Formats: sequence, C-alpha cells, structure tokens
Amino acid sequence: MEKQNLILAFESSCDETSVAVIRDGHEILSNVIATQINSHKRFGGVVPEVASRHHIEQVTICIEDAMTEAAVTYDDLDAVAVTYGPGLVGALLVGVNAAKTVAYAHHLPLIPVNHMAGHIYAARFVKPFEFPLMALLVSGGHTELVYMQADGQFEIIGETRDDAAGEAYDKIGRVLGVPYPAGKVIDEMAHKGNDTFKFPRAMIDEDNYDFSFSGLKSAFINTVHHADQIGETLDKNDLAASFQASVVDVLTSKTLRVLKQYPVKQLILAGGVAANHGLRERLQEVLPKEFPNTDLVLAPLKLCGDNGAMIGAAGYVQYQHQQFGDATLNADPSLEFDWMPNMPH
Amino acid sequence: MKLLAIDTSNRPLSVAVLEDAKILATTTTNVGRNHSSTLLPIIEQSLAQAGFKPDDLDRIVVAAGPGSYTGLRIGVTTAKTLAFTLHKELVGLSSLEALAGNVLMEGQLVSPLFDARRDNVFTGLYRIENQRPVQVIADQHISIAEWTDQLAAYPEPVTFIGADVATYEAPLKEQLGDRFVRAQPQLDLPQASVLGLLGQTAQPVEHLHAFVPDYLRLTQAERDWQAKHPKEDHAPYVEKI
Ligand SMILES: Nc1ncnc2c1ncn2[C@@H]1O[C@H](COP(=O)(O)OP(=O)(O)OP(=O)(O)O)[C@@H](O)[C@H]1O
Ligand SMILES: [Mg+2]
Repeated sequence: MEKQNLILAFESSCDETSVAVIRDGHEILSNVIATQINSHKRFGGVVPEVASRHHIEQVTICIEDAMTEAAVTYDDLDAVAVTYGPGLVGALLVGVNAAKTVAYAHHLPLIPVNHMAGHIYAARFVKPFEFPLMALLVSGGHTELVYMQADGQFEIIGETRDDAAGEAYDKIGRVLGVPYPAGKVIDEMAHKGNDTFKFPRAMIDEDNYDFSFSGLKSAFINTVHHADQIGETLDKNDLAASFQASVVDVLTSKTLRVLKQYPVKQLILAGGVAANHGLRERLQEVLPKEFPNTDLVLAPLKLCGDNGAMIGAAGYVQYQHQQFGDATLNADPSLEFDWMPNMPH
Repeated sequence: MKLLAIDTSNRPLSVAVLEDAKILATTTTNVGRNHSSTLLPIIEQSLAQAGFKPDDLDRIVVAAGPGSYTGLRIGVTTAKTLAFTLHKELVGLSSLEALAGNVLMEGQLVSPLFDARRDNVFTGLYRIENQRPVQVIADQHISIAEWTDQLAAYPEPVTFIGADVATYEAPLKEQLGDRFVRAQPQLDLPQASVLGLLGQTAQPVEHLHAFVPDYLRLTQAERDWQAKHPKEDHAPYVEKI
C-alpha cells in the first residue's frame, strides 16, 4: 500500500478559525471550525481587530481538536498548509504564525495557500478535477469566473467590477433588518417570495464576463426607502426573492456565456455564496440542458464557507509540486495572482 | 532550565535563549520590519546558535503586553503555539515590567512607557527590589496628565524608560520637575534576555488555550457597543460548527 499523505491545514482569513487534517488531498479526517458570527453580529459586520482577538483565543484549541478528532500524531503528518491571503491582515497573521510554528517545531514543510484557490478546491471533496474546468467563485469578497487548465493554474476570465455577490447580500440584509451575515437568511426568505419587483440585471447582455452588483443594491435600497417615505409596507420575502432572482440570473447567464467560449469538462461552483439554494438549483437545471457534456460540481454545502479542509485540499496539490514556503512567510492581505506560486505553466 | 524568550510588543524585536541564568544567545533588532517574517527565522537562528532543538526547551517566556496589538499577537501566537505543540511551560510577563528590568538601581521607582497616541500612554509603576522590578501601580492605558497626577503620591524621583518617553518629556518635566529622571536612552530597547531572566522564576500559565495578549484596552467597536447595550451580553461569541 502506498503511504498516505496527511496535511494539517489552517484557515483564519476572516471570522472563522479553522484547522483540519486532510488525507491524500480529498478525504477529511477532521475539519474544526470556530465561527465568530455571534460576536460580529453585534456590529453588523466583521470588525478586524475583534476578529484577530478571537483567532488567538481559538487557534490552539482548534489544533488540539483537529488532531484528536483525526486521531493522528505530529509524526504522522507530512506538511502544514495555511491561508496567507487574501483576507484581513491581523486575522491572517494568527493562522500564519501558528502554522509556521507547528511546522518548525515538528520539522514539517510549510505550504502557503491562497484562500481563493482553497475555495475552489472545496469541490475536490466531491470528485477529482477534470481539466480544463471553469469555476464560478462567489463569496463575501469575490465574484469571479476562473479558468483552470490544470491543477494550480488559474486564469481569471471575468470578475465583479464593484461589489461581490456575498457583500451585496450582506448589505441589503442590513436594510431588511437581517443580522450579519445575511446571505443564508435571505436565501430562505427568497424561497417564500416571488420576483415581483423585477430589479435590474446589470450587464447581463454585455458581451463580456464581468459582473456588477452595486446597481442592484442601490435599486433595492431605493425601493425600500421610497416605500418607507410614502408609508407603504413591502413584502420582505418578495423583496428577497426579487433580489435573489437578479443575482442568480446574472451569475447563471454570464456563466453560460463563458462556457460557450471556453468548452470545459467541469463547472465548479464554490465560495460562501455557492451555498445559495437558488443558485445551486438553477445551475442544476440549466447546465445539463445547455451543456450536457459539462459536469456540474457543487462544493459541498458544509465546505462553501471558510474552512481548513479546503486549504488542505489546495495545499495537497502544492505539496505534490513541492511548492513550499519558509519561516519568513508573511500574511498578504491583497494576494491576487500566482495563487500557487511557481507552479509549472 | 532551557528557556526561549520573545518580545515583539513594539517596534523592536528581541529573542533570547537561556540556560538557567546563563544567556546563550540574544538578538535584538529595531528596524521596524514586519515581525511576522522576521521572528521565526531569528528564533531558529538563536536556538541553533545555542545548540538546542525546539523540543529541548523547557519553557517559553513571552512579553504579553501592553504594546502594539499586531506585534503582541505575533509574539503571543508563536509562543503559545510552540508551548502547546511541544507541551512546554509558557510564561507571560508584562512588556512594561520587562522594560523596567533594564533599570538596575536598587530601590528606584521606574515608569516604563509606550505611546498610545493622543496624549495617552501604556505605563505602570515599578520599584527595583532585589534586582527585579516589583509592581507598585498596575499597568494601564492612561492619559499623560492623569498619570502625572497619580505619581504625585510618590514624592521621590521616578525613572522613565522607553523610546516613546521623548514624546512626553515636556509635560512630564513640567509636572514632576526634578523628580523626572530619564533612563539612559541605550536602555530603551527591551531585551528578551532580561525577560527570560525574570521569567525563570515566574509561575507558568495554567490554562494555555486561554492565554491571550494583555491589550489593556477593549476594541473601539466593543466599547461603543457596551456603551449602547450596558446590560446585554451576546456570549458565547465564538462557537464550534
Ligand atoms: N445561502 C446563501 N446565499 C447567499 N449568500 C450566502 C449564503 N450563505 C452564505 N452566503 C454569503 O457568503 C459570504 C461568506 O462567504 P465566504 O466565507 O466565502 O466569504 P469571505 O471569506 O468573507 O470572503 P472571501 O472568501 O472572498 O475572502 C457572506 O457574504 C454570506 O452572506
Ligand atoms: Mg472565504
């Protein structure tokens, strides 16, 4: 039997502290997630300094629980992977320094992982990737169409020009009085309402692969404020359904447009907003009709939000290519390209 | 006892390796580069120079605050994780106490000081007894005016130490007159070797997971929230999912 590969993976880019143990890049032995949502709810959004303070409270607990749940020892491990960007710098620093220290203490190689690559590799827990593939990456900070020719090679084909989809959900959530982060609740409300408001579908007919959600957000807010002024009460579920219909229409039509230009074997849906039921259902409905030869791979619901498991899956690919960092590794809050540094192109 | 001491509470970074009272290796920089990329390489180097492997250590001592929030988290995350992952003792000491330890005049009152901006400082009052600083007034975040008021109760000279003393030299002199004594500026850099010596006899942390920096201040967002919600508590703030 071939020796198994075990990676201890750290994630702390925003408001979740997570440590996971991953076998051979696609099997979760443990995935401990400590979420700070209840804290940031007080402020209506993530407060970076508060997030950093929570991470340092949690990090060793998460390591201990992840190792115990996986029933492994440090001697069993092959490497330590960690998110080093993009994200909140103070939050990233806790994970980066903890991961570097564990790697140093136990003489293990260190793998610096891009958080967004991690989101895509959450889908690797469903099935092996087949290239070329396209990923629709929708999260709190990003909305992108990413083309992958091979493992570790990422090309951004289209992206949002203003707000990310998740960010738009959270902002209109505030207007509806839904506590942070609003995405999940608005998704539920949307299922109880109807698209009666017909909000704009920004850039939907434009011949490019970019997105824009700030116009939708403004239209939404104006509608609510106008109703407030004239003392009219709007149905919140219909508002949510109308907002979601616009987001799903735009994401889906742009994705279908890109697939015409880039024939791929798989379409991956990943990132926090990939948990959206409306979006998952729509893609499941239209993709087999329009592109019967493209396999839809939805990141598992539990792995759409930030977690260590996805970092371990991405880290495993880098491990195979011996893409290691060293003790000088720093957090890079605005990390963008070269997601897996020095991968063969 | 083989001991590693770490201080990244402000712009200077200091690391030392000790064996009992013997200082084997010590590195202090004041170049303001990112502690996150420099700390671990310096720890590696210092332990290698001392001829130790990480697992040879018995104890890790860290300057736990007050200081720069980010700096503190880099030092404390590293120290806490190292102690946790190798099952070593962890000691957290006041960053101010460690700096006061640079003044070795028996019986002297010492006020180590870090700037906290807008006429506020992090400081405390220590007296050097038997060659080590003993706390007289607890570390705190305080305006410079209130601090000089508090010091009025001690009609004797007070030695001020720290690179930020220069910022407040005028108001301190004005309020304290002759009682204001400036430590020699070459002592202003915190020395992890001093921290290590002080940490040798200190009580190790009992609940390692709960160990966090002594920020001495709530975040602005939490202060505002508490002011608006005096009786409310949302805890637990962090939940396992
Ligand atoms: N069911 C859902 N429908 C729509 N949005 C959702 C749903 N569940 C979560 N979200 C949104 O997902 C976002 C969180 O996703 P994620 O954790 O990936 O973002 P992030 O880590 O903050 O940003 P990034 O990954 O871009 O750095 C939030 O904006 C949240 O509202
Ligand atoms: Mg994310």
